[in-house]
Amino acid sequence: MDVAINTALRRVPPLAIYIVGVMPLAWLVWLLVDGQLGVDPVKRIEHQLGEWALQLLVAGLVIAPLRRYTGINLVRYRRAIGLLAFFYVSLHLATWLVLDIQLRWAEIWADIVKRPYITAGFVAFVAMIPLAVTSNNASIRRLGPKAWQQLHRLTYFAAIAGAVHYLWLVKAWPPEPIIYLILVILLVLTRILPRAAR
Amino acid sequence: MTKGFNGKLGWADVTPKAHWINRRGLIAGAGAMMVAGTAGAKIPTVPSAFSTDEAPNTFEEITTYNNFYEFGTAKEDPARNSGAFKPDPWSIEIDGLVDKPGSYDLADILGGVTLEERIYRFRCVEAWSMVIPWVGFELATLLNRVGVQPSAKYVAFETIVRPEEMPGQRRELLEWPYREGLRLDEAMHPLTIMATGLYGEAMPNQNGAPIRLVVPWKYGFKSIKSIVRISLMDRMPPTTWNMLNAREYGFYSNVNPNVDHPRWSQASERRVGGGLFAKRIDTPMFNGYGEQVAGLYTGQDLTKDY
Repeated sequence: MDVAINTALRRVPPLAIYIVGVMPLAWLVWLLVDGQLGVDPVKRIEHQLGEWALQLLVAGLVIAPLRRYTGINLVRYRRAIGLLAFFYVSLHLATWLVLDIQLRWAEIWADIVKRPYITAGFVAFVAMIPLAVTSNNASIRRLGPKAWQQLHRLTYFAAIAGAVHYLWLVKAWPPEPIIYLILVILLVLTRILPRAAR
Repeated sequence: MTKGFNGKLGWADVTPKAHWINRRGLIAGAGAMMVAGTAGAKIPTVPSAFSTDEAPNTFEEITTYNNFYEFGTAKEDPARNSGAFKPDPWSIEIDGLVDKPGSYDLADILGGVTLEERIYRFRCVEAWSMVIPWVGFELATLLNRVGVQPSAKYVAFETIVRPEEMPGQRRELLEWPYREGLRLDEAMHPLTIMATGLYGEAMPNQNGAPIRLVVPWKYGFKSIKSIVRISLMDRMPPTTWNMLNAREYGFYSNVNPNVDHPRWSQASERRVGGGLFAKRIDTPMFNGYGEQVAGLYTGQDLTKDY
């Protein structure tokens, strides 16, 4: 089964992931142009971009345990997924800065320093910058595979910070952010536990 | 349908939903259509000096962007999930420190009041705002009618609990019933109204049908919806968001740009409905009603009594 899937996947180039990955953005733009984003399009866009970024982070974290436990190997798509996550998180941040808080720098700075949920989100974004910058073969060569891999463990941190950011911003306890945080924690645990057991 | 206001208006007199939804279409084709009489039946109101001259949000904006967790947490949920809610018949239990406690039928309550149009700014604790043309009457009128006893200091309100009609109540999202409260002087203030409609229409389900509180200088969550109980008390009543998180949601919850919500700034707000590039506006103290209400809080430290 896993062999069949892996064989079939050989015909799907990573480029396909990039193409499929930007389609949601095209769809969002279409909804906006078509006036389907409701009476507060800014929040809809902001939240949607953030949620997609979080989903892509989760997808990226799924790949290693999926290979370990099922044999299905999606590792060659992971760079595309990670870069798309960074793409969406950047758009999410840009939406907040430009359309939501509208470059009111005093309020922005106060939010980043004083509001834990914005701090968490911003920290997640900052943590993803070195990951995005080094998501290329040249960087792997320059850093060496070992250091590169260690650097990219920052993903765990970014994903947890991103999920905490979501949970922290909502009022009351709706299920979605709780589910994301549990998912991310479980996926990070699949890394830590086997290592500790060794 | 053209009868005047006699206090006996029931929900059968309300313009059918299909008509107001199609209003634009109706107006466009009014000349040709034979239904003008029905579609034009608005709740008669008198204007109020308390109304702002700011442009109100559209009916669509006000009725499709709501926080009413009884129908779900997403902004679109109340419009989507409130179709089965039945606001008629309706009565309000008024109890506690009053001379004439009892169950008051809504029609009976409305018989004793003059409905006004109050165009108020509405500021949500989530830092968005709207301008809404409410239909309502001063809460003081009702309280005076039932007779507030001298020992009463606070007014407590409760929303109906009807999980079979309110899907959000089937989950323990908040502790139902939703509860709110005001200090007596706040409740008696002329700006404080019980609203029974907006845009001349009976209150839509998603906005708190058939009757809700509106306190324009406080964050929106204080303006409790679909009220079935009003209790006069001698001590501060428990209130829903305060029970959930006292540090974030104080009893007073006056709009105050200088006291931030612990998790976000309250210095500015986005006026909903302005589209993608609507300019953020600075939030005024007491949501711009300071001239009328600042005196209520003389001597109080509003950073402590937030």
